[in-house]
Amino acid sequence: MDGNLNALTTVFTEFYYWVTVVFMFLIHVGFCMYEVGASRHRNHMHTLMKNIMIIPLVTVTFFFFGWWIYWAFPSFPFFGGLNHDAGSANLPWSQNMGTNLSDRITGVFWAAFLLFSWTAASIVSGAVIERIRSSALWVHAVMIGSVFWIIDAAWGWHAEGWMVKYLGYHDAYASGVIHAIAGGYALGVIMVLGPRLGKFAADGTPRDIPPHNPWMLTIGIFLIYSGFWGFYAACNIPAISPEGIGGLITGETWTATNIYLAPTSLSAITFNFLMSLSGGLMAAYVVSRGDAFWTFSGGLAGIITASAGNDLYHPIQAMLVGAVGVVIVYKLHYWVERTFKIDDAVGAVAVHGYSGVVGLIISGFLLWGAPSSPYEGFAAVNPVGQTIGAVIMFGVLGWLPGFVIAKMQAAAGVLRIPEEVELQGLDYAEHHAYEDAKAEIIAADKAAVNGGGVPAE
Amino acid sequence: MSTIGYDSWAVDLAEVGPVYPFQGSEGLMVVLGVIFWIAWHRIQFVREGEHLKKAKQMGDREKIHSLLEKY
Repeated sequence: MDGNLNALTTVFTEFYYWVTVVFMFLIHVGFCMYEVGASRHRNHMHTLMKNIMIIPLVTVTFFFFGWWIYWAFPSFPFFGGLNHDAGSANLPWSQNMGTNLSDRITGVFWAAFLLFSWTAASIVSGAVIERIRSSALWVHAVMIGSVFWIIDAAWGWHAEGWMVKYLGYHDAYASGVIHAIAGGYALGVIMVLGPRLGKFAADGTPRDIPPHNPWMLTIGIFLIYSGFWGFYAACNIPAISPEGIGGLITGETWTATNIYLAPTSLSAITFNFLMSLSGGLMAAYVVSRGDAFWTFSGGLAGIITASAGNDLYHPIQAMLVGAVGVVIVYKLHYWVERTFKIDDAVGAVAVHGYSGVVGLIISGFLLWGAPSSPYEGFAAVNPVGQTIGAVIMFGVLGWLPGFVIAKMQAAAGVLRIPEEVELQGLDYAEHHAYEDAKAEIIAADKAAVNGGGVPAE
Repeated sequence: MSTIGYDSWAVDLAEVGPVYPFQGSEGLMVVLGVIFWIAWHRIQFVREGEHLKKAKQMGDREKIHSLLEKY
């Protein structure tokens, strides 16, 4: 860090990403609260543990190979080989992946991506509550969090990704690369897993399974909103010079950029985040006739639908895109539920998957002809490229692996919990131990009060 | 042709202003946004009125008493 300005820029960038990571932790807290609030009392602890253990499992695997995939796969396998130069600096045995005073950015940048990985896995976790085996979900968490989402990030969320270069793929705040893929993956898993017992009546009519604690759900989703601010900031490069970008931009003016190193600003994304949140909330309130949980989820779906283009949209465009997306997603959710008997327990496939797909397609029209990259030779943003991108994210890298891996788990008999356990509740054994321990200590205390002496220490 | 007015980022950013799609249509966008907002209030007033009309007839005296007790 020679020179004051260089030192300041480096430390600012390091601190910037660090702060986004802390904010994004709230997304995971919110997902945990949402899932526990949505599950029934007899499944609480398992539901919570299922989601909490995503944190260490995805973290260590993202350290071992996920981060390397991002740097090695931008052209692989269709448009070139592995990028060994960039990849080797991010292998777990590289000296950059540790305390190293000549590299002050890799750790915080790795962590920002890692928190996206947790989010992807957590989205899947919500859809499968109350009937999946934790061991099966944790394999899915590693696959979506440290393999499939990061392949799609290398292809479509990297300055040199082949989807950006040849399709003009543009997905600034991850409508597709996080939400569509995770929603698609969740759909693949729940198609094999099947609905919760009692979700559908004998004639196939879907039943509502209300959350046991609506307030926990509410706080959960508000925490997800809060964490989403960090997510948005983490998708930007905070300050970089045209020389640092090394592309076509001329002059000396520094800028914030999106992940493709194309110019945007924090001001733009602040406008658009809030307006798309508002458009989503308003539309969801109307379309769901004031259903509290769809309204809250609609805020999230509004942001997700507008996210692909929120680096460039006008705030009113962001609001209307968010609103239109929510109406489509809400209708689609119930149509899929009724027609295919799919039990998406927290609406994850709809709020993340369908919103992501709709957002990508809309952005292809609204940003038609905009440069996808500051470098020469890249395709411009266009509706065909965005639609193909949506199919790759939701279908090829999301739904397909989720379905195939769940099929393998089902064939091995390790996907779903036994029916008896589902009925008595996943926490049945723990509840018993808790009640027994409680009864024993109460009896001992009573004996002491009645003159039987102080209970043994 | 590009909706944002730039086909390429081969520009000096010191000379670049707005980059959102359909610049020049801000007035129209505001009109659309205001229609969305006003329509929302209209729908909400009508629906709430209908709901309250129905809700007036719904209450069972015993259930209301137990709700009052519940606080």
